[in-house]
Amino acid sequence: MERPFVEIMDVAMRYGGVEGTLALKDCSLTVGKGEFVAVVGPSGCGKSTLMRLVTGLWPMTQGNVIVAGQEVDRPLSSAGMAFQAPTLLPWRTILANVMLPLEVVEPHRRRLRSERAMYDAKARRLLAMVGLKGFEEKFPYQLSGGMQQRASLCRALIHDPALLMLDEPFGALDIFTREDLWLELQTVCQTLKPTVILVTHDLREAVFLADRVLVMSSRPGRIIAERKVPFPRPRTMEDIYKPEFQALLHDLREHISDARRAGATLEASHAA
Amino acid sequence: MPRDATPEPIPTNRGPTRAEAMALAARRRRRLQAWLPWIIILGTFLIWEAVVFAFQIPQFILPAPSDIAASMYKWWWPLLDNSWQTLMTTLIGFAFAIAFGLALGVAIGSSSLLYAGLYPLLIAFNSVPKVAVVPILVIWFGIGTVPAVITAFLISFFPIVVNVATGIATVEPELRDVLRALGAKPTDIIRKVGLPRAMPYFFASLKIAITVAFVGSIIAETVASNKGIGHLMILASSRFDVPLVFAGLIITGIMGVVMYAIAVKIEDRTTGWAMRGQEGQSVATSIGG
Ligand SMILES: Nc1ncnc2c1ncn2[C@@H]1O[C@H](COP(=O)(O)OP(=O)(O)O)[C@@H](O)[C@H]1O
Ligand SMILES: [Mg+2]
Repeated sequence: MERPFVEIMDVAMRYGGVEGTLALKDCSLTVGKGEFVAVVGPSGCGKSTLMRLVTGLWPMTQGNVIVAGQEVDRPLSSAGMAFQAPTLLPWRTILANVMLPLEVVEPHRRRLRSERAMYDAKARRLLAMVGLKGFEEKFPYQLSGGMQQRASLCRALIHDPALLMLDEPFGALDIFTREDLWLELQTVCQTLKPTVILVTHDLREAVFLADRVLVMSSRPGRIIAERKVPFPRPRTMEDIYKPEFQALLHDLREHISDARRAGATLEASHAA
Repeated sequence: MPRDATPEPIPTNRGPTRAEAMALAARRRRRLQAWLPWIIILGTFLIWEAVVFAFQIPQFILPAPSDIAASMYKWWWPLLDNSWQTLMTTLIGFAFAIAFGLALGVAIGSSSLLYAGLYPLLIAFNSVPKVAVVPILVIWFGIGTVPAVITAFLISFFPIVVNVATGIATVEPELRDVLRALGAKPTDIIRKVGLPRAMPYFFASLKIAITVAFVGSIIAETVASNKGIGHLMILASSRFDVPLVFAGLIITGIMGVVMYAIAVKIEDRTTGWAMRGQEGQSVATSIGG
């Protein structure tokens, strides 16, 4: 069998010394190459922490993370990331914002000057794919939150990252914009086929987008359940209302409720 | 009847519409804003003149604006010569403050270790009244231009350091993560994000720095120099030529305002992006002295 692209093995993470917050414990999961995995869990269970460990942004307390067969002991060199806040640079146009990773990641960094036109066209294509055609020369403040988030997604994808990390990227958007963006993300991922880890607390989002949904326990977080999402692609908004989709949602919902109850009793026993 | 015909505007005879009236009011307001400083200055001088005349205040206590103008006319050459000296002193000290302030600000803003190590020292240094430092400078460099340049530098680099460091240190952690996960080196992050982000803070600090630089060089000139507008004022007051002292003060004020205006112009040109969508607000500045 082919080796998974991301392997997380018995990882623990404690913030701030021996007495600090234990955010993750015995957390293990794998993600295959080109797979789209969603991690869901109650707020504060360590989802963002998991993202930081996988990308090597923070050193973990215990365990191992292997990405593309390499042990992660420093920040990865070309992972695409997007967060709840679009974090675009206000002094750059949308196009220049999207092209920022090309100025950092090799080999694009070296080639950018000589092949400017090619990269420029690529960025415009990507922007058009998420419905931002005509906004290339605008500045972030001239765009709505949803549009900024689309640009932020393009920035995460411009350099063809093998690994795409999305930390609640649609968390701040209204439901209609969010659903539009699900469809656009699905299209982009089907075209570019990156390996994706999406963190979210929206179950519908997880089931709609992912090949596999992992449920995390409350703090200290670990994976307590896993469900394959067998529905064929491309999925449409109609699919959400089908009984099998609803049944899967229901099933996952149970696990989350269990996790939250367990977390609540744990905290109560600590308080006592 | 065609569907897409634009509907006739409802005829009114109430004069201009509300939107037009508001635009007109806004324009009138802007015009008033532009003229207001001049009107107030003129008004102040007129009242001043009237008060001096009405109460027969002697010239060596409070000279009337007309006396000051006469003194400016009479002493125009020494005033010009010494203002030039002060201007040069200030600008040289200010230039050093920019170079040093930027470098130190970037260093402190990008390294928490340097920040922890140097910040208390900077605060301590900034709390020392610079007039107390001038005698030491005189011992080291003798009377003349050098102590004035150094004082202007010492007094004006602090706001620059603090502002640049703040701009760089407050880069959003998520943005930092995005770049680090792309394999960006710390120097990349400073170049692509830290520095551009710090620019509005930097230019905001220049407005403060240039005005306090004037204070610095004039302090040094009054204590230990044989040239400059500060020296001229000390000479004039020792001869009880109060109108000339006031002439010096007014010229200093004018130089300060002009340099401030230039700094604002440069700020608008270079960092307009920081002001868009929030007109009227400005970036926080800190005052050193
Ligand atoms: N930088 C940090 N320092 C200390 N504690 C942190 C830090 N980041 C997160 N935590 C703690 O770790 C736990 C998990 O946080 P996080 O991974 O952000 O959760 P989630 O993203 O699932 O909401 C929380 O209890 C939080 O308070
Ligand atoms: Mg989070």
